[in-house]
Amino acid sequence: MDQAQPLVELTGATVRFTSTVALDRVDFRMFPGEVHSLMGENGAGKSTLIKVLTGALVPDAGVLTLDGDLQHFSRPYDAQSAGISTVYQEIDLLPNLSVAENIWLGREPRRMGLIDAKAMRRQAAAVLEDLGLEIDPAALLGSQSLAVQQLVAIARAISTNLKVLVLDEPTSSLDTDEVAELFRVIRDLKQRGVAILFVSHFLDQVYEICDRITVLRDGALVGEYLTTELLRIDLVQKMLGREASFFKARERAEAAVEPQEAFLSARNVSVGKGITDADVDLAEGEVLGLAGLLGSGRTELARALTGVDHLSGGIIRLEQKDVHLDSPRKALSLGVVYSSENRRTEGLVGEMTIAENIGLALQAQQGPFRRISPARMRELAASWVEALDIRPADIDVPVRALSGGNQQKVMLARLLALSPRLLVLDEPTRGIDVGAKVEIQNLVGEMADNGLSVVFISAELEEVLRVGDRVAILRDGRIVETAPSSDLNVDSLMALVSRPDLPEA
Amino acid sequence: MKALTKHRLFWPATALITLLVVNTVANPNFAKVTVQDGQLYGNPINILRESAPLMLVALGMTIVIATRGIDLSVGAVMAVSGAVALTIIDRADDSNRVTVVAIAIVVAVLVALVLGVWNGFLVSVLGIQPIIATLVLMLAGRGAALLITDGFITTVNSDPLSYIASGYLLILPFAFFVWVAAVVIVGLVERRTALGMLTEAVGINPEASRLAGVRSRGIVWSAYVLSGTLAGIAGVIYASNIKAADANAAGYLIELYAILAVVLGGTSLMGGKFSIAGTVIGVLTVQALDSAILFLGVPPAQSPVFFAAVVILVVLLQSPRVHRWGRSLGSSVRRTPQEAPPEVDDDRDADRAENVQKEAVR
Repeated sequence: MDQAQPLVELTGATVRFTSTVALDRVDFRMFPGEVHSLMGENGAGKSTLIKVLTGALVPDAGVLTLDGDLQHFSRPYDAQSAGISTVYQEIDLLPNLSVAENIWLGREPRRMGLIDAKAMRRQAAAVLEDLGLEIDPAALLGSQSLAVQQLVAIARAISTNLKVLVLDEPTSSLDTDEVAELFRVIRDLKQRGVAILFVSHFLDQVYEICDRITVLRDGALVGEYLTTELLRIDLVQKMLGREASFFKARERAEAAVEPQEAFLSARNVSVGKGITDADVDLAEGEVLGLAGLLGSGRTELARALTGVDHLSGGIIRLEQKDVHLDSPRKALSLGVVYSSENRRTEGLVGEMTIAENIGLALQAQQGPFRRISPARMRELAASWVEALDIRPADIDVPVRALSGGNQQKVMLARLLALSPRLLVLDEPTRGIDVGAKVEIQNLVGEMADNGLSVVFISAELEEVLRVGDRVAILRDGRIVETAPSSDLNVDSLMALVSRPDLPEA
Repeated sequence: MKALTKHRLFWPATALITLLVVNTVANPNFAKVTVQDGQLYGNPINILRESAPLMLVALGMTIVIATRGIDLSVGAVMAVSGAVALTIIDRADDSNRVTVVAIAIVVAVLVALVLGVWNGFLVSVLGIQPIIATLVLMLAGRGAALLITDGFITTVNSDPLSYIASGYLLILPFAFFVWVAAVVIVGLVERRTALGMLTEAVGINPEASRLAGVRSRGIVWSAYVLSGTLAGIAGVIYASNIKAADANAAGYLIELYAILAVVLGGTSLMGGKFSIAGTVIGVLTVQALDSAILFLGVPPAQSPVFFAAVVILVVLLQSPRVHRWGRSLGSSVRRTPQEAPPEVDDDRDADRAENVQKEAVR
């Protein structure tokens, strides 16, 4: 089987940070024309390995060969010139330039020293056509959807002498059709002999597209497997190194909530074009799942209910009292808290420590002049770190150094420290590994059992069904149906989420 | 030793101490302090006295920069406050009455405070970019100051006013106590309440802070009010020093020196974490350098270039990237880089500065 010469081979890669070993003598290889997946929990060393591969990090030990040649990457540019390109989850292109300019940025075709705009557009069109993409090269990149931007990033990569393409969580913001389009492009590249490293936490997608899987755990190599020979349950077990922690089923309040008993009841909530006439009722201790495609209005609804965005119509009642949530601050003071889907930009204060991040909302509630003493703040943070099993358990570590799952837990700790009544979680499990995901799902269940009302948004329908007592289905900015989870399954929910609205007569 | 070099104030302090040592070696009079009538005189005392306006302005600038902002109007605010104070004293019957001077100062500082409120309004409520918002007042302020003084340089003879910049309290200049008091008050308010932490949070991630319930608007606004108020006090001290309100010269380019001092003190222009102690060190560095130009006898025509050259050296000395290069250079040349005395370290830094240039040329 392994007759072919590996395209990339990394041997004995070791990366040490001050006190921890992030990568311990890991061997990794990729063959031309294969799609390879790197699997592991958060903190397993996936990102570190990618950084070594793409020159963003110089390993303390280890040898990297590309096409049989020894390579020493000291910066990302070296890796790119050698033919290893990366497309990140957060796309690093320039939204204010056109598609063509983005593809050729830094190596624009020139005529008499000046940029030849016509040739650039023509060549860009050729690259896009080559990939079978219908994208206007003259269009402004920022005006395109995230999926298109990602495809443009890939087009940019293949317009160089691409040998290895690293896709880091490429599908986490894409809907089903967009994922299919991406997979078509990946298969096309595979035909051309490009080796593709596909890193994703969606097991379904990994099994659909990948030929080979390398599993890491705690910075060490667990093994390399052919996808066809590795059962999913075995994969999960290898990643976790223990029996997978399973979701604890809890008793559910199945009946529809009577509006007069509801903790939260919203009527005709509208925000611009994002959400129209949404009605929501939520009892104490109930979890309402919100299901819908990207752009269906699920985030808009969450932001409207928590005072982040202003309502353009409708009313919100908490315990039968009309409230005017004109700012997150107001909502927080009423016990209505929101955790954004964008942890990095709208959640955490990256340079600050775990302790400061956990205490931030509580301190903000008290105002600047009633300071929580450092000792009290540390005590508070330490108790949450322990309760939510945040790692590393050092509360003085800047929060940006944490893995996605632990960052999400810090977000939760910050909000739970306020003793909220209603918790609105927007994709709390996005981009985090299986273990942490189940922990957060269980945590939501426990909190609901303690009387907290929860709105739980996720792109993964299975998760919405599992966590939610009831599920509200959003389509084109409207709640089209609300049903108990027990009446739904993934297929029926999928149909509800994606069913196109019938044209009005 | 390691913990010491890792401290965020280590390099700013090293730069200041090096500057003082080099100057003292070059001219011992630089560090000479004499006692007359129980009061201290000499160049070090002058540095402490003359630091006052820049120190006050840089203090406000530190907090504004921490919010991701910048306040270009401080020099113009100084001109306005000086003009207001001296016009009031000038028109009073008895310019030597303490109450007259006190009223003039209070009114001048209140006017400066209002200008700070205006800046803060533009930035935090209207959402105008700080550099543009404060540029408005930077350009208009001096015009307003000229209007107040009718286009003349108002001069007054007032002993209580002169006392502020030139007088002594016990053994040290009064102006020194003014800035020490300002540093202590601002330091206590920022660090003994949660204002400093919330300011940093807003500076690092404004949207995340808003979603966490931080009153970002109020915090940003208050930073500009503080900056305006401190610039107002600085304007009074400046006017007291020259006994005149000179709308064109008062606080000329001080906004840029203040930004320089803040950066030398280790606070990033990107906002977020700030250090008041660092700013104090930064201001003293700028002021010491200013007096070094006099003491070393640098001709006036060359002094800006000399100033710039030293600033580049100091900035390079503090650059983490230069430190990294230095370490890799040091460990490849020698086995025990840690044992080198600090003096040698500085020489190596100078070498590195040259390397940087070579690197850039290459």
